[in-house]
Amino acid sequence: MINGTEPPTKTARGAKGVVLLIACALVIVPFLAVISTSLADQQQITEAGGYVLFPSHPSFDAYQAIFRGGVVTRATIVSILLTVVGCGLSIVVVVSMAYSLSRPGSWGQRPLLFLVLFTMLFSAGIIPNYLLIKELGLIDSYWALLLPGLTSAFQIIIVRAFFLEVPGEILDAAKIDGANEFQILVRVMLPLSKAVVAVVGLFSAVGYWNAYFNAILYINSPEKWPLQLVLRTYVVDNTSIGVDIPGEVVPPQQSLQMAILVVSLVPICLVYPFLQRHFAKGIVLGAVKG
Amino acid sequence: MVTVLPRRARPSSKAADPPVAGGKQQSSAQRFWRDRFLLLIGLPGIVLLILFHYVPLLGNVIAFKDYQPYLTIPESPWVGLDNFRIVIDGDPEFVNALVNTLVISFVQLVLVFPVPIGLALLLNSLMSERLKRIAQSVLYLPHFMSWVIVVAIFQHMLGNAGLYNTWARVHDLPLLSIIGNPDLFIPLITSQVIWKDAGWGTIIFLAAMSRVDTQLYESVAVDGGGRMRQLWHVTLPTIRPVIVLLLILRLGDVLSVGFEQIFLQQGPVGLDASEVLDTYVYNRGIVGGNWGAAAAVGLMKGLIGTVLVLAANKVAHLFGERGVYAKW
Repeated sequence: MINGTEPPTKTARGAKGVVLLIACALVIVPFLAVISTSLADQQQITEAGGYVLFPSHPSFDAYQAIFRGGVVTRATIVSILLTVVGCGLSIVVVVSMAYSLSRPGSWGQRPLLFLVLFTMLFSAGIIPNYLLIKELGLIDSYWALLLPGLTSAFQIIIVRAFFLEVPGEILDAAKIDGANEFQILVRVMLPLSKAVVAVVGLFSAVGYWNAYFNAILYINSPEKWPLQLVLRTYVVDNTSIGVDIPGEVVPPQQSLQMAILVVSLVPICLVYPFLQRHFAKGIVLGAVKG
Repeated sequence: MVTVLPRRARPSSKAADPPVAGGKQQSSAQRFWRDRFLLLIGLPGIVLLILFHYVPLLGNVIAFKDYQPYLTIPESPWVGLDNFRIVIDGDPEFVNALVNTLVISFVQLVLVFPVPIGLALLLNSLMSERLKRIAQSVLYLPHFMSWVIVVAIFQHMLGNAGLYNTWARVHDLPLLSIIGNPDLFIPLITSQVIWKDAGWGTIIFLAAMSRVDTQLYESVAVDGGGRMRQLWHVTLPTIRPVIVLLLILRLGDVLSVGFEQIFLQQGPVGLDASEVLDTYVYNRGIVGGNWGAAAAVGLMKGLIGTVLVLAANKVAHLFGERGVYAKW
């Protein structure tokens, strides 16, 4: 990568390799232990003294138990729905706002843009936000989890920056052909901006999937809990999981807990390749490129 | 973390184009009418933005009121600055939260902030692109995990019944007492922050490093300088604006320390060690029902935070760095 120098000495390379290896192991080993333990049965866990790093004969009993219906199943469905709906709404809101703020010389653009950016600088705080949701009658409603996060200034700025790069001539041509603003956005702008729309969609999806505190604030009924809240209750706070399977051996607590943890990891890992590629681009686009 | 710089439209782009064919200046009303469909497209977002980001600002009036849930906000009696007494008189619980916040912020500034820089330098110096990509893929992953997952993983690795301690018991090794130990709370949350975000934090520095003019490295080599000199005289000066920028943003956030993360772990540790300003506002207001006082603390925190960001930005300008808002 660096030209014009002699390659680093053997010691330097060795030291670097060791540091890098330790750093990567610190990330991988915990995940490995979590996944392995979720696949272990009582006998293996007892033999290993609690946690298993390499299960000799993996069993999916723990997963079957938590997906039998009941708290975890319901919470998983809730989380998936929240994520999908939130992601879709985010894309619509962010893209439309970014577009309406991206046309040069449009009416009120600078004040409106300031309105968006100011939210990055000052936020009202937990108490006023809670009171607003309460006044709107949204306590215990999923809208309380969905609506407040839709207008992320960060996402709007990223999409707007992308839209500004699209040559104005293309849009003008569409206009001359008789397209209205809405048609220009849907037929011309969006097909050109699939990458940035994907970024926004992923940003929001991860955000909605990972959110837990807003549910603590606004959702009172445990049967409406998203998965992260279930994870907090049963895994972080160590509340015992009541799995009642008549006539069968109940999988060990540890496996059940780790299985819930894995379920909450899986969607993130599935989209991770895209996340890594696009998020890095988005961050850099927003921040470094001048 | 917010790391966006609004960019000025480039002079060559259509920002300079005349607004309409013919280029005649139009009155505001004419432009409003011309842009009506454009504004209509943005309207739902603007409404949501005002409703969820600006209307709550009004809710801060309860900082000056004795708000009770059975009364509406307008009905609650005004109490002047009474709610700010806990700040002015130094209510012990408030002072504890403030001190904890500042200590945690300072510790994290010193211990967390440099880690991504070091890691980025390490990744940047790797000869093998492939190795670099693999390492990045691994190190970025924890960033996308929720705090619930991160805290759960830490508990199941380091907790009393966790992976290490069960293994150590079998092998008669010393046990770790980290989880739930108030004395080690700050090191614990600091290492969680590093575990989760240090890898991800390298992105911005790596991007900055990739813009280093490689001829400069060659010049250093020609002048007889080794790799350390290249690092010191070329790489670090190149990424300095980014370091300053991120430091500014961090300083502006000095009163906010990992709310979601700390909130999850308050139970076993206790409030003495773990209460910070944000959790104080939640525990005092929404749990404790002391709405006015909590709102007062939240309002002060928000105002001071905003002043801090603006001040830090000003300082950066004085030192000749571009800061956060220089592009405007």
